[in-house]
Amino acid sequence: MYTTELSKSASGANVQGIEDPAKLAAFEARVAADEFIEPKDWMPEAYRRTLTRQISQHAHSEIVGMLPEGNWISRAPSLRRKAILLAKVQDEAGHGLYLYSAAETLGTSRREMIEALHSGKAKYSTIFNYPTLTWADIGAIGWLVDGAAIMNQVPLQRTSYGPYARAMVRVCKEESFHQRQGYEICMAMMAGTPDQQRMMQDAFNRWWWPSLMMFGPTDDNSPNTAQSMRWRIKRDTNDELRQKFVDITAPQADAIGLTVPDPDLKWNEAKGGYDFGAVDWEEFYAVVKGEGPVAKERMKARRDAWEKGAWVREAAAAYAEKQARKAQAA
Amino acid sequence: MSKDWPLWEVFVRAKGGMSHRHVGSVHAPDAEIALRHARDTYTRRMEGISLWVVPSAQIVASDPADDAQNFDPAQDKIYRHPTFYDIPDGITHI
Repeated sequence: MYTTELSKSASGANVQGIEDPAKLAAFEARVAADEFIEPKDWMPEAYRRTLTRQISQHAHSEIVGMLPEGNWISRAPSLRRKAILLAKVQDEAGHGLYLYSAAETLGTSRREMIEALHSGKAKYSTIFNYPTLTWADIGAIGWLVDGAAIMNQVPLQRTSYGPYARAMVRVCKEESFHQRQGYEICMAMMAGTPDQQRMMQDAFNRWWWPSLMMFGPTDDNSPNTAQSMRWRIKRDTNDELRQKFVDITAPQADAIGLTVPDPDLKWNEAKGGYDFGAVDWEEFYAVVKGEGPVAKERMKARRDAWEKGAWVREAAAAYAEKQARKAQAA
Repeated sequence: MSKDWPLWEVFVRAKGGMSHRHVGSVHAPDAEIALRHARDTYTRRMEGISLWVVPSAQIVASDPADDAQNFDPAQDKIYRHPTFYDIPDGITHI
């Protein structure tokens, strides 16, 4: 899945002032020529910082993203759905691990990143601070949340930082299953009883707007976009991607009888895309600040898992140490 | 414990006849768990039939600062490639 760039502290300002101008110029030229930057290559500090933040937030989102769906594994309506959901949630863990590994190559340890998440210092995608109330939510998440994630992640396969780009290639390959299984759940619900259809429409209503928020603030409110695009850390603007998502998703909703919960949604022939209503940005920023409906629950679940698993990590480390000692003595 | 488990680089052989290829890394306390983590992280979809894990600290890499010295000299030695040589059309099997 995906997280938007949430913190505005590490801006690219002052880059020119503090870096060696010759190295910086050579770096900018390489990036502009669509070359990949690898871990041992020279890079400006602001590039390193911005990437570390972006990739670790992305990783955190994958990890926290397991929680809303994990909530339904034991209550999946059939063995088939249960096996699929288990596989999907396991994939999210894998995506988190690819991304942590990529971020670590920039010089921040896994431990530091996890501590930043657990202390509340690091952000993750706002989308996971919404609850999964019914089984229909699992369909909506796969279809909409993973759909939005794909839209964000496909261009990142060409991002300038090699390890991030390679992680994205793997993630994108796997993500398409996530979206299709979600849409299939939605189709099944919409082919069901009137109650099931109502349940599906309700889930769709609740996930539509948070999904649009996944693309981040509007372009005129996204001060780092220009710098990030220049550095090929980002390849499309938030509004471009949001528009693309609406254009693709609205007909998919229509095809299975769902109504997009936006009275202003209207096809605009001239622009070749949909016009749609304004996103409630106050809600978005409130959720970013940790006021999402289940933000506290999510962080508590994360910290509990980490703390309750500590003895396993310690035992494994102690065992490895003992074996190494034995091998040395022998 | 306040330290990460050591880092291991993971290599996967996609199928018989191909060489192992670097796919990423995992943290693990020892080789056995590194292999397990590598399996779970990198081969969930039949990506491979064999895994290697190597402690990352054991890998010695060339320095990007030496790239020019290491790799550029190959650029002006085009006579190392078969297409450098003009052979008349009538000559076959060469």
